[in-house]
Order: sequence, then C-alpha cells, then structure tokens
Amino acid sequence: MALTYDALGSDLGAFLKRREDGAASFDLLVPDARCAGCMGKIEREVQAVPGVRLARLNLTSKRLSVEFGAGGGANPAAVMAAVTGLGYRATPYDPAAAADAHDREGRALILAIAVAGFGVMNTMMFSVPIWAGLFGQELGPATRTVMMWFSGIVGAPCAIYAGMPFFKSAWRSLKARRANMDVPISIGVLLTLAVSFSETILGGRDAYFDAAVSLLFLLLIGRWLEHRLRARASSAAADLLALQAPTATLVGEGDALTVTPISQVQPGDLLLVRPGERFPVDGRVVAGASELDNSLLTGETAPVAVGAGEVCRAGALNLSGLLRLRAEARSEDSALAAIARLVELGAQSKSRYVQLADKAAAIYVPVVHTAALLTFAGGWMLGLGPREALIRAAAVLIVTCPCALGLAVPAVQITASARLFRRGVLVKSGAALERLAEVDHVVFDKTGVLTEGRPQLVDGDQGALALAAPLARASRHPLAHALAEAAGDGVLASEVVEHPGLGVEGLINGRRARLGRAAFLGAESGGTQTELWFGFDGEAPIRFGFADSVRGDAAATIAALKARGLGVEVLSGDLAGPVGGAAAAAGIATWRAGCTPQEKAALVDALKREGKTVLMVGDGLNDAGALAKAHAAMAPGTALEASQNAADLVFSGDGLAPVVQALDVAQDARKRAMENFGFAALYNLVAAPAAMLGFVNPFVAAIAMSGSSLVVTLNALRTGARR
Amino acid sequence: MNILMFLAPFSLGLGLMAVAAFWWSLRNGQYDDPAGDAARILVDDPEDRPAP
Repeated sequence: MALTYDALGSDLGAFLKRREDGAASFDLLVPDARCAGCMGKIEREVQAVPGVRLARLNLTSKRLSVEFGAGGGANPAAVMAAVTGLGYRATPYDPAAAADAHDREGRALILAIAVAGFGVMNTMMFSVPIWAGLFGQELGPATRTVMMWFSGIVGAPCAIYAGMPFFKSAWRSLKARRANMDVPISIGVLLTLAVSFSETILGGRDAYFDAAVSLLFLLLIGRWLEHRLRARASSAAADLLALQAPTATLVGEGDALTVTPISQVQPGDLLLVRPGERFPVDGRVVAGASELDNSLLTGETAPVAVGAGEVCRAGALNLSGLLRLRAEARSEDSALAAIARLVELGAQSKSRYVQLADKAAAIYVPVVHTAALLTFAGGWMLGLGPREALIRAAAVLIVTCPCALGLAVPAVQITASARLFRRGVLVKSGAALERLAEVDHVVFDKTGVLTEGRPQLVDGDQGALALAAPLARASRHPLAHALAEAAGDGVLASEVVEHPGLGVEGLINGRRARLGRAAFLGAESGGTQTELWFGFDGEAPIRFGFADSVRGDAAATIAALKARGLGVEVLSGDLAGPVGGAAAAAGIATWRAGCTPQEKAALVDALKREGKTVLMVGDGLNDAGALAKAHAAMAPGTALEASQNAADLVFSGDGLAPVVQALDVAQDARKRAMENFGFAALYNLVAAPAAMLGFVNPFVAAIAMSGSSLVVTLNALRTGARR
Repeated sequence: MNILMFLAPFSLGLGLMAVAAFWWSLRNGQYDDPAGDAARILVDDPEDRPAP
C-alpha cells in the first residue's frame, strides 16, 4: 500500500543531507520515470519549487537528486508533493543509504581495464615484429632487443597498475593463510615480468610482457562482470527497501507531524500510524481503534482487533483506523531485534561457504606451482642451465595461468543472473546461485508465499454479495476490498461513515446498512474462519467467510519441484486448520503449524543435520531466522526488510514459478561452470607439458591464452538460454 | 630504422592521450546515466530557442 505524503502536514527534514555552507540535498526514488517526457516534466516541476537550485533525474537509476540553495528554506515536502502531484510515486532515500551512490570500486576496475587495454594494444605493437622474428623473418638481434625494451617499458607499468586489484587480494588471502585464485595470478605475473626483463637485458629471445598484460586484461573483465552483478543487485535491493519507506510519523507539540527514519524514534515518542502503514516500533496504543494484520510477524492471517492500552509490535500492518501510539522501544530493541540476531547467526554460517572458484583454486594452486618448481629443478639438473630452466618454469606459469579459470565462474554467473533478472528474480551474489544449485529440499512458508497473503471471499451467497457490494466498495478495509473484488464493478453506497475497528455504515438505495465485525452488527460470531457481517437496519445480519487462498500456480510449482526430485514441506506460524488446507491444496504432504520464529530456524537446522540441503522460501519476519540458517533462501519482493536482507534471491510477480526457474538456471549455471573447469583442466593438461618441454614461445602463449578464454566465455553465454 | 625512435613514442603518446581522455570522462560522470543522456536530447528547454 502506497503511503501518501501531504505536503503541509509533515516535515521530511530528517531526509535532508545538509552541507556546511547551509545548502542541502535530497534524494528521491521515482521508480515510474521511464521516458524523456517524464524526465522533462519532473525536472521542470521540481525546479519551480521555491528554494530548489537544481533538480536532476537519473533515468538509469531512477534517482532524483534535488539541491537546495544556501539561503535556507529547503522544503523537501514541497518537492515530494510536486512529484506525487504529477502522478509519480516518490520515496525519500535515507541519507545513510544514499551515501553509497558513487561506485568507487567499479570505477577503479574500469580504469584498470582501460590501462590494461592500452597496455595490450601497445605491447602487441612491439610483440608482432618479435614474433615475426621467431619464424625466421629478417629481424636482427639488436632490433629485437630494442623492441623488447619498448615492450617492457610500456607493458610492465601497465601490468603493475592493472594487477593491483589482484596483488592486493592475494596479499590479503596470504595473510589469512589461505590461497585464493589471485595468488597464482600474482606470482605468475610478477615472475613473468622479472624473467622477461632479465631476458631483455641478457639479449635473449623470449619476453612475455604482452602475455602478462593481456592475461590481466582478460581477468579484469571477469572481475568487473562479477562486480557489476553485485553492484546491480545491491542497488536494486536498496530500491526495494526504499519503496517500503522505513519511516515513522512523529506527533509533536500542537499536533505537528514530522516524518523521520525509524532509527531516530525514541521510547516515549508519540507516533501516528495511518491505515495501511506498518508499525515502526513496538508501542502501546494511546488513542484510536483498529485491526492489525500480523501475518508477516506470526503467519496468522486473521486480523486482530486493538484498542487503547494494547501493545502492538513493530512490523504489524494497521488495517482500518488511525492510531496514536506511545513508542515503548527503539527500533533496535523492538521485537525485530531478536529476529535480527537469528539472521546474524545464520549469516555467519553462510560466510563459511567456500565458492566453486576458490575450491578450484585450492586444487589448482599447489599442482601448478609444483609443476613449475619441478620444471625449474628438473630442467637445471638435466643440463638446461638455470636461465633456460627458469624461462620454462615461467612459461609453465603463464601458459597454465588460470585465465580460463578466472573467467569460468563469473562469466557464467553474470549470464545466469542477467537471465533471471529479466524474469523478475534478483540474485544478490554469485555464491547464492552456487548454493541454490546444491539444494535438495525446499521449505515454504504459508502466508504470503504459498498463499496470496490477502483474504478472499470463500463463503457467501451471491444474492447477499450483490446487496453488500455498494457498501464494501466504499471501504478501504482489506476484507471489504475482497468482497468488492468478488462482486465486480457497480454502484457505491452514500453517506458512508467508517467506524475504525468496527466497520462501515451507509445508505444503499435509501436504506441504512452496516458492514463489519460481528459485534458491530449484533451477530454471534461462529467458528475460526475470518468473517464479515452485513445487514440492513432491522434485518437479520448475513455472514461472509474469508480465507487466504493458495496462489494460482502453487500446485504446478510444487509438482515441478517434486518432478525434479526435491523434498517439499511447509513451516508456518498460522493455526493448523489453514496451514493443512493450504498444504493440501498445493499438494504438500509434510507440514507443521504454529511455529515460532526460533522453532522455524531450529527446524531448518534439524533438516540440515539430517544431511539435507535446504532452500527456504519465506517472506515474514518470523521466517527471517530460518532464511538466514538455510543453505539458500528466497523471498518475494513484498517481504519485509529483514527477510529480504536474509534472503539470497528476491523474486517479484504474482506467482511461485520463479522458484523453479531460479533452481533450473542455478543448476544450469553450475553445469556450465563445471564444463568450463573441465575445459580449463584439459587445456592445462596439454599446455603444461608443452611448456615444460620448451615448445611454448611468446606467440604460442598469446594465442593459447586468448583462445581458451574465448571458449570459456562463449560456453558461459549458453547458460539458461533454452528456457 | 631510426624513424622507429620517433614513431614508436609518438604512437604511445597518442594511446596515452586516449587513456587520459577516458579517465577524464569516467571521473566527469559521463557514464552515470546512459538512459537519461539519450532521452535528454528530446526534452525541449523553453529557453533554448534559435536567436531571432
């Protein structure tokens, strides 16, 4: 449900980024801005707001940055009003979250690629004549040495600069007493540069400057692809969270309303929670009556009535009435905090996961380095002389250098996540895809995952429905909304009055009628079903029953998962009746109801101990701990912040089909990555002995290296192409 | 062959100029909003009229 900001009623001062000279800036997310027309309209309109110095909309990131002049008078609420007045949704960015807009790491990588590209092209300019000399063309030793010097003077600084990301990462990993893929790359590059310089000085034939730079160039492309995957996922995730507007409305003296980030709410603050908003912190109701939707907290679908003096927990959704709330805890200490701790514990266990590329490096590094060392020692002993032996050892390192290996995984992962992104699935990291491919058991939450997460009419007479519909259309309550949806379009009741926490009253064809809770109509509530009563004045009330219906494609999705040999079960915090019903409708035999968040996390742990690799699909706060503990986790885009943070993948849309698609693409990605590793191993099996025997010269090295990278990249592009 | 001593540094200089130009464009935010830059040309600025 979208929040509405009334320009005069609330102060958005907390979202301003103030500078020392009195100027300030303000960042907004405008997700619906798509074309030149939108951009022109929004910029013109915002520019016209008094106090605004500059408004610029970034159409790629959908971010509108507004700068206010130094003269004070910065009025972010007026800017919000201008944008929403044009019919666009707009949400303010928390200044802390917006600080990361400039992507320093990405720029550094791009610059390293540019320098490496320059190095490759220009060392090649000198390498080609040297290669010509290898095949007996006319090139005197003196000219060749000059060419090698040129090549070294250009290539070595470029290689040092472009290699910095690898050297730094290798150093960090060595300090932690581990060897990642960057260690052999760094050793290979540095040794190659050293040998090439010594050969140049001694007037030898083999200088590998071009090979060192082009190796780094190709690897940097892989590194940059990986970085983009992460950067795009994190910015998309930030947008999703900004859209949930983590704000609270403070009521100050004289009923002045101020909108602040949740983190600034203190215990004792008086807060206003409108219908359709979530409770920002735990608190006690001071005034007002309403109903709460606790489904994201506990998994219960039935609304709970609250009145003055009752405690509401952060994350619950206010359904019908305006509530004034006295905050009882800060957001860090609210009910959310216990769940956040569960998430932290789970994240630690996930960080112990070793990625495929690092597993490959753990095998590859010792093998290649032993081979190079043996080449050097063996060659020297067999009478090659130390110089020739060292050249051959360097050739082994450079020709087997993990160029293909370095590209094998990132190229596959970027292809896979781009394909999933187009289907509305956001992959947060490459490791997430790898973990997803290993899953053999899927655990679903019920509310909001297996089911729609909102009530639908299941029990009601058609004639009665037509009678009640005019009143239902006039109410914003979710149950009334479901009733109106079932009835279709039609007339509205007149003189409608909402009684918060009770229901609506109005005139239908001149007759007074009521729609609401049983008590509002004076009826006897019966059974556990969520219900709504309707009646004309002086007539017996009629009952409507509601249930949260199972998603349309749930059964097909579960069948598809079972066909792939995966175990499926449901863990829910809701009551046994609705859980059993939903599980049966979706075709799931194993289910458990009434789980607390801690129990859910513990049950996932228990499944792990049984040797199962679990994928958790959940949206509620009560799932966050289980999401974090599971081997892989998915959450729908409607999930709360904590759950989205705990999940590896976030999917949007109305169906569950993305779960199957993501699993398929992840498995496909794993297969491609394995093929790439297989190819790289095969290539090294041929290349390494050839280098040991001295068949490799700089020309052969250059061809072999770029050829193998090309094969690996092309294979990666096949990922998920058939679906 | 002496011409090499002139031509090789000259071509390197050209290459370095290209790298410097790229560095400048990157720092200057030229790649921050490709979609917006493509669309911006279509927006009519009321003050941007040919001189009478």
